[in-house]
Amino acid sequence: MSEFVYLYRGGMTNQSPEARQQNIQRWMAWFKELGDKGHVKNMGQPLDRTGKLVKGKQKTITDGPFAEAKDVIGGYSIIEARDLDQAVELSKGCPIFEFEGAVEVRPVLQMNM
Amino acid sequence: MEPGDHLFRRESGRMVATLTRIFGVHNLALAEDVVQDAFCRALEVWKFRGVPENPSAWLMTTAKNRALDVLRRERTARTFAPELGRLLESEWTLAPAVEEIFAPQAIQDDQLRMMFSCCHPRLPEEAQVALMLHILCGFSVAEVAAAFVSGHAAMEKRISRAKKVLAGSKKLFDIADSQDFAARLPSVLRALYLLFNEGYHGASPESAVRAELCREAMRLAALLRQHPLAATPATFALSALMSLHAARLPARLDSSGELRSLFDQDRSRWDAHLVEEGQKLLDLSASGPELTEYHVEASIAWVHANAPRAEDTDWGMIVSLYDKLLTIRPSPVVALNRAIAVAQREGPERGLEEIRAIANSDRLAGYPFYHAALGEFEFRAGRQDAAREHFRAALALARNPTERSFLRRKSLAAAR
Repeated sequence: MSEFVYLYRGGMTNQSPEARQQNIQRWMAWFKELGDKGHVKNMGQPLDRTGKLVKGKQKTITDGPFAEAKDVIGGYSIIEARDLDQAVELSKGCPIFEFEGAVEVRPVLQMNM
Repeated sequence: MEPGDHLFRRESGRMVATLTRIFGVHNLALAEDVVQDAFCRALEVWKFRGVPENPSAWLMTTAKNRALDVLRRERTARTFAPELGRLLESEWTLAPAVEEIFAPQAIQDDQLRMMFSCCHPRLPEEAQVALMLHILCGFSVAEVAAAFVSGHAAMEKRISRAKKVLAGSKKLFDIADSQDFAARLPSVLRALYLLFNEGYHGASPESAVRAELCREAMRLAALLRQHPLAATPATFALSALMSLHAARLPARLDSSGELRSLFDQDRSRWDAHLVEEGQKLLDLSASGPELTEYHVEASIAWVHANAPRAEDTDWGMIVSLYDKLLTIRPSPVVALNRAIAVAQREGPERGLEEIRAIANSDRLAGYPFYHAALGEFEFRAGRQDAAREHFRAALALARNPTERSFLRRKSLAAAR
């Protein structure tokens, strides 16, 4: 098994309270399903959408968000899968796609390559 | 947080009402933004960490913290609730003032205040109901439009216009002023009545939506009953009416999803608990000199609830209650219902006579159940051709698949 990071981007479109509540329930169901199949190494953390950007030799500090709202990373998880193809396949169940969001699937580089 | 529990909708209403009290009614949009923000946070955090033990408290605390951020950041740029005066301007008083506003009893009053504010005299009744559903019940514009079978654009316009009126009123309704309170209460009751009726008789095709509207109306009525100034006989009567009608909801559709009229519902499926509740509320409503339309309608529902079978119904009592209702709030629909009761007691010919005697019956021409009643009486009188004509007219007016299927069955029965 290899490790992959899912980066959740966007998916924060305006929704009714009812839709948001259902959205949470679907995320939890999706995580549970992945976990039950043994693919969740670490569920990860949500990230606040604001923050600071420290940049350059001058260490200039600017306010976040740093990208368009649709590209902001809202959280990450660490997933275990056979290979990149399987990790991609597993990401397709993520509820984020219904709200114009994206999952970035990135293999974690291992020492013993 | 169970799937059927509409936590977010409910909390949305509570949070907007409370935040509006802090920010002032002119900043209604800001209050709504802060609520959206709290839900966004919930979505982000809960999906990773699971639903907290007390989700309502979590949401309220998040909203409170966001409110404090906004107040600190914008206290020079904006004016907030004038009634809180300078309390919000100094760091010494800001946090305690906000803390006090977020106390549970205060939150309950905020909802009441918002309910009364939504029934602004400058708003037409439909707009008051839509606004309540949107602000206090957390329905999105699309959901309100679906509930009222209205176009999204039309509903959007109606709600935003109503919000403008609300935001333009200098402050929220003052629930401590007993004179204003008593003057506005009838409009509030009327709006809740219309909300309930939209759920019970309305045209919305999806039965789940309808039951939700009834439930929301009942929840708001329960809030009224808890406030000493609002717990009037009329409020109890309206609540009784809602409980007694809601008791019949489980039997309105049979096991195959077909609409059942009151005459052939499986009465064992009526909710005995709600009947009992309705009975208690009706008892509580029986004080004071005032007899409202809610008293009379609740009594009619009570007579039905107490008939184990349709043929046990005391139709004489029902007719005389409808007579009373016609004097309080005359309407062709009430007259139609009275005619149906007369027909139950004295036969279809008498029913037809009564229908023909209805003043402004032209206003019933677009109402499918007017034609259905005519068809039913002609059918019972043995005139199948006439019955078929009426059922056909009714069918053409059906507002949703359930009604259509109900009327088609009637029309087929007449064709045999």
